[in-house]
Amino acid sequence: MKGMTIIVKTITDFVAAFIVVFGAYIVLYGHLTPGGGFAGGVIIACAFILLMLAHGREVAFARLPERAAHIMDSSGALAFLIIGWLGVTGGFFFLNVFGRGDMFRLLSSGMILPLNIAIAFKVGSSLFLVFAALAMFRRRSFRAMIEEELS
Amino acid sequence: MTVYFMCAVLLMMGLYCLVAKKNIVKKIIGIVIMDYAVNLYLITIGYKNNGVAPIIEKTTSPELLERFVDPLPQALVLTSIVIGLGTLSLMVSMVIRLYEKHGTFDMSQISKLRG
Amino acid sequence: MENIAPQLYTLLVFMVIGSVVAVETKNLLSAVISVSAVGFALSVAFLFMGAPDIAITQLVVEVLVLIILIRGTILLDNTAVETHGDTLAVVASLIFFGLLLGFGAMIFGSTGFPEFGEPVMRVSRVYVQTGLPATHAANIVTSVILDFRAYDTLGEATVLFTSVIGALALLRKDGKVRREEVASA
Repeated sequence: MKGMTIIVKTITDFVAAFIVVFGAYIVLYGHLTPGGGFAGGVIIACAFILLMLAHGREVAFARLPERAAHIMDSSGALAFLIIGWLGVTGGFFFLNVFGRGDMFRLLSSGMILPLNIAIAFKVGSSLFLVFAALAMFRRRSFRAMIEEELS
Repeated sequence: MTVYFMCAVLLMMGLYCLVAKKNIVKKIIGIVIMDYAVNLYLITIGYKNNGVAPIIEKTTSPELLERFVDPLPQALVLTSIVIGLGTLSLMVSMVIRLYEKHGTFDMSQISKLRG
Repeated sequence: MENIAPQLYTLLVFMVIGSVVAVETKNLLSAVISVSAVGFALSVAFLFMGAPDIAITQLVVEVLVLIILIRGTILLDNTAVETHGDTLAVVASLIFFGLLLGFGAMIFGSTGFPEFGEPVMRVSRVYVQTGLPATHAANIVTSVILDFRAYDTLGEATVLFTSVIGALALLRKDGKVRREEVASA
């Protein structure tokens, strides 16, 4: 049987979606409340790592395919750079050229919100990828060890 | 003053663990402890007596603005923590490769097996 | 919070004891758990010192550190490695500690070391005063990270990207080579 017991699997199915929603809240309100792209990205990565620990690698990769995680990782870093270059249109690198909006509202403070989202994509997907690689490596090396023992 | 001294003690514990222990995982733990000590030191030099978190609300008065703690070390430490996680994953993958090649975490064994 | 010194000293003593246990214990699993206890105490200390952003990040990162260390290394091998009395390392650490204190005394000897709770840096006054009008972000730390010093954060993203790519390359190379060998054979 792959993964952990049925109790852990059931509770993981209930909880994982809420963890992703909480991480998205931390990211989106990073410029108004404590939080931001780094913390929110790590929280979202934790949700998928929880799925991987409870169900095994296949279920987690069915929710977030490895190729999509690679693309999100690279495009997050690229989006950060592109938003920085957009500032050049107004004068210099990383100038806040977007409209700043009303204070204390969600859609305010110009480029901070898109930068937070880009960082969250980058941090979350890259940590998920690293953990997936570590978990996969352990399985492979263990299988090699067992085959060595048997032969 | 004593706070800074205890940060230095924590840093020295990490350094001792990094230098003296033969186990590679122990060396990683030493680096992590040094990381913690540096982060804690940076935050403590930004703290101010009766300080509050640097987050403005609609009701924040200009007097409260004067009580905000230093936001600059917090911004630096926030990125430093995530970099610490990235370098930790790099170190762990290196250790896994070493274990696959030599079959042990013992640093003296790994040094002997060279060549 | 009027005076946080007692709480902070309690947490610091806890952290030093936890790090001593993490360094000196023979069992790797208890060493990893002790270092995680140090990290969680660090998170609480950040919360006391008016840094909720960092407290959240440290808490979440600490969970991931614990998972990565246990899953990545401890499950492979948990045998204790005996360390014979290495006096050279102890002497080297003590020399480094003495150098650290000596440099501190040299730098702050004439002016006196700054007391805890009375910061010497004045540059952040600008950020606190102009943060909300200039960026319209209520969280000053976020406005420093992503607006005033976004270039720093770009460098940080580069470092994180490089370390993650390095880890993936270290872990992946073997499998791909084997697959090609299987395909050619």
